[in-house]
Amino acid sequence: MVPKSGLKEGDVLLELEDVHMYFGRVAALVEVSLQVAKGEIHSIIGPNGAGKTVMMNCINGLYKPQRGSVRYAGKDIGRLSPHRRAELGIARTFQKIELFSGMTVLDNIRLGRHIHMKSGIAAGSIYAGKTAKEELSHRRFIEEEIIDLLEIEHIRHKTVGMLPYGLQKRVELGRALALEPELLILDEPLAGLNLEEVEDMARFILDVNEEARWKVTCVLVEHDMGVVMDISSRVLVLNFGNVITDGTPQEVQANPEVIKAYLGEEDLYATRR
Amino acid sequence: MTGPSVEISKDLTIPKLFLQQCRKYGASRIAMREKEFGIWRPITWQDYLDRVKLISLGLISLGLERGDKVALIGDNRPEGLWTEIAALCAGGIAVWLFQDSLMEEVKYIIDHSDTKFLLGEGQEEVDKGLSILDECPKMEKIVWDDPKGMRNYEQNVLISLKEVMELGRELDRKEPRLFEDRINEGQGDDIALLFYTSGTTALPKGALLTHYNMLTMGHNLMAVDPCQPTDDFVSYLPFAWIGEQMMSISCGLQIGYTINFPEEPETALENIREIGPHVMFAPPRMYEQMTRTVQVKHLDSTWIKRNLYTFAMKVGYRIANLGFEKKPVPFHWKLLQKFCHLTVHKKLRDHLGLSNIRNAYTGGAAMGPDHFRFFHALGVNLKQIYGQTEIAGISVVHRNGNIKFDTVGLPLPGTEVKITEDGEIISKSPSVFTGYYKNPEATKSTLIDGWLYSGDKGFIDEDGHLVVFDRSKDVMTLSDGRLFSPQYLETRLKFSPYVKDAWVIGNERPFVTAVTCIDYEVVGRWADEKKLNYTSYHELSQKEEVCALVAHQIEEANKDLPAPARIRKFINLYKEFDPDDDELTRTRKLRRAFVEERYANIVEGLYGDQGIIHIDTTIKYEDGREAHIKSDLRVTNWPFQRSKQWNYF
Repeated sequence: MVPKSGLKEGDVLLELEDVHMYFGRVAALVEVSLQVAKGEIHSIIGPNGAGKTVMMNCINGLYKPQRGSVRYAGKDIGRLSPHRRAELGIARTFQKIELFSGMTVLDNIRLGRHIHMKSGIAAGSIYAGKTAKEELSHRRFIEEEIIDLLEIEHIRHKTVGMLPYGLQKRVELGRALALEPELLILDEPLAGLNLEEVEDMARFILDVNEEARWKVTCVLVEHDMGVVMDISSRVLVLNFGNVITDGTPQEVQANPEVIKAYLGEEDLYATRR
Repeated sequence: MTGPSVEISKDLTIPKLFLQQCRKYGASRIAMREKEFGIWRPITWQDYLDRVKLISLGLISLGLERGDKVALIGDNRPEGLWTEIAALCAGGIAVWLFQDSLMEEVKYIIDHSDTKFLLGEGQEEVDKGLSILDECPKMEKIVWDDPKGMRNYEQNVLISLKEVMELGRELDRKEPRLFEDRINEGQGDDIALLFYTSGTTALPKGALLTHYNMLTMGHNLMAVDPCQPTDDFVSYLPFAWIGEQMMSISCGLQIGYTINFPEEPETALENIREIGPHVMFAPPRMYEQMTRTVQVKHLDSTWIKRNLYTFAMKVGYRIANLGFEKKPVPFHWKLLQKFCHLTVHKKLRDHLGLSNIRNAYTGGAAMGPDHFRFFHALGVNLKQIYGQTEIAGISVVHRNGNIKFDTVGLPLPGTEVKITEDGEIISKSPSVFTGYYKNPEATKSTLIDGWLYSGDKGFIDEDGHLVVFDRSKDVMTLSDGRLFSPQYLETRLKFSPYVKDAWVIGNERPFVTAVTCIDYEVVGRWADEKKLNYTSYHELSQKEEVCALVAHQIEEANKDLPAPARIRKFINLYKEFDPDDDELTRTRKLRRAFVEERYANIVEGLYGDQGIIHIDTTIKYEDGREAHIKSDLRVTNWPFQRSKQWNYF
């Protein structure tokens, strides 16, 4: 597929082309195409059931679309399993929190480092020399880059299941970041948060996207239009599995079809404000 | 134990002492620790000196002159302390602001103090500084330290602490003797701190304290309760509070103990436990919080633990009472004490971070006798401190083995305390401040012939202890003409884990009433156990069962009181008292006059005969949004019905 206007060949990090996904006779995605450029926050919006999460599942490999291609950094990843895609640098968070609720915050984040661990089970059980050093360097990364960034020092040894929802959301972002991803898929990271938590989370997403240390490209699925329009570089609108439009926040807000798709949903710009 | 070896003269300043101590201890001793990225990182005296020197020279090269004000705002971190000392070394005056100050307070203080430089910790503080820039034309630079979120700020007025240190390095190369010369120019009578008092009544007033004031105060306290250079101290209370200045700077520099900075404000209590400090000074609310933690854990624990705790506390109280009465402890009680110490007290103290504590001080507000006895029962040597910002923080303190929980102790060496004819406490010492900044009228009425007029009422008892009654204007006259302290009742109520705050009303009224704020977490858990449904603080506070629960707490507090002083009616407020709503000062003292005006309809309702008070009010959120509240508050009347179906403990 030709890069969108203004983009060069190497700028596109993720590309979905003509993706179709059916569950039996229900069409979840029809002819969906998307190009995410390096360094941008590309948001996907749409009413409930529009196919946003299905699209995310196609990107990280939980679903395999029946037709169309998924390319990442110029490579076709359509056949790869989710963990192979994670190794390539695709991390995600889930709409409904998928943490290990009986484990501590630190252990959950450590799990995200798994793909960077070089020592095997045997070396790990002895825990000396190189293995110990490796562990320490991972721990250091988690402390200096993630716990500090997300401001979760006070809960690092707490069991995840006991934490309030807003903090669990933060921990989930932490685990995704532990993978040191190039592409981060955020599936409704703001859902169920109060105003203060929304502001914090939006700040973290911007930090991860802009801070020189991270520079992570983000695909954001979200209902909070205020935040989406504020922080996104581009916005794609889905409705009943079809792409209505894909453009800058200003273009999308002016698009009559978008307004029509959202008719009856008064909360387009005012979900929480 | 060694006392302070430093002689205080009119020539000595905080920077001179700082230089002296840094040279004495050098790179071999730890001056401070900060927990960062999960690890306690040590900073030696040599590091301390190097950094202060660079910041100080950096500020000079930015144009700091003698007598210029440097305002600081931020959490307790080494960088804050370095910058404060650096400003003092350069001959500047430090002005600390509370971290959670609202914009108006920040603006008032920055403008009134003629601040030239503002040190803000990070983005949040920088934003505050930038938004008042136009209204505070004397402010020249805003220095920031934490780079998080600062990537898009390009204003010329901003400069990072790193850049300041870089400027300092350059200046040091050009003029290697400048730093010491500046320090040597200083005199003890120079102003060191400009501290704004929280003010329960009016706009904050800026008290000017000299180096000599601060140093003599620390010296006199350390003469009473000596500390050792090997001691640990945790700095986690706002630097804008004079008590923290006293411990971290006056005493810290004289003794040379290690100052520990917690990782984040939220982790402070956990970090205190890791360090196990030897000395501690905190306002009553910290101790109240600790007591509440223990009481709540006790409610949640197993049968055997509960009984063991109850027994051990009985023994503890008995022995503490013998101590208060200065009576010897019989042998068999000593044995019991040993047993209780090993099984309960030792572990509780460890959990509270009080294992190593030699002296724990409380001051800044009144502490109830129940809390006081509680800590002594645990074997914690808790002492009252009395003083004001205007006397560098402290003038009166309890002595070892001579503690009475209803007094604040004896004056410090070199301090005279007297009671005027109309019962006001006045004091005189080398630490009495020089006056209020740009407010000669207030100075004239507070400082008369070298005596500091506190505005507090009190008396000196037969043992020479000072008893502080209350702020003069807060003393109430009961229906029988007797004078009474509402604070006393409030602190008693707050001993209950369920009651977070209380406001007792009764001045020249037929009877005494109270407005209570429940503790959301504790009462919430209690409600969960009782299977009561609620969705908000407001709803929970108005439940019949919760009112009955609070009534029971009030009944307990009423027990030993004379009939006219007993609380006869109360309501649970629909929200907690909050400094952001001006109901409390930043040090969490109740602003009585303000609440009386704000909740005039509640007061009226309490003295009327309706069972329900209708509320129609607007509340303001931190970000400026407003919400309208319409609700009904339930008035509970004496005699309080104790419902049979609820078991309160």
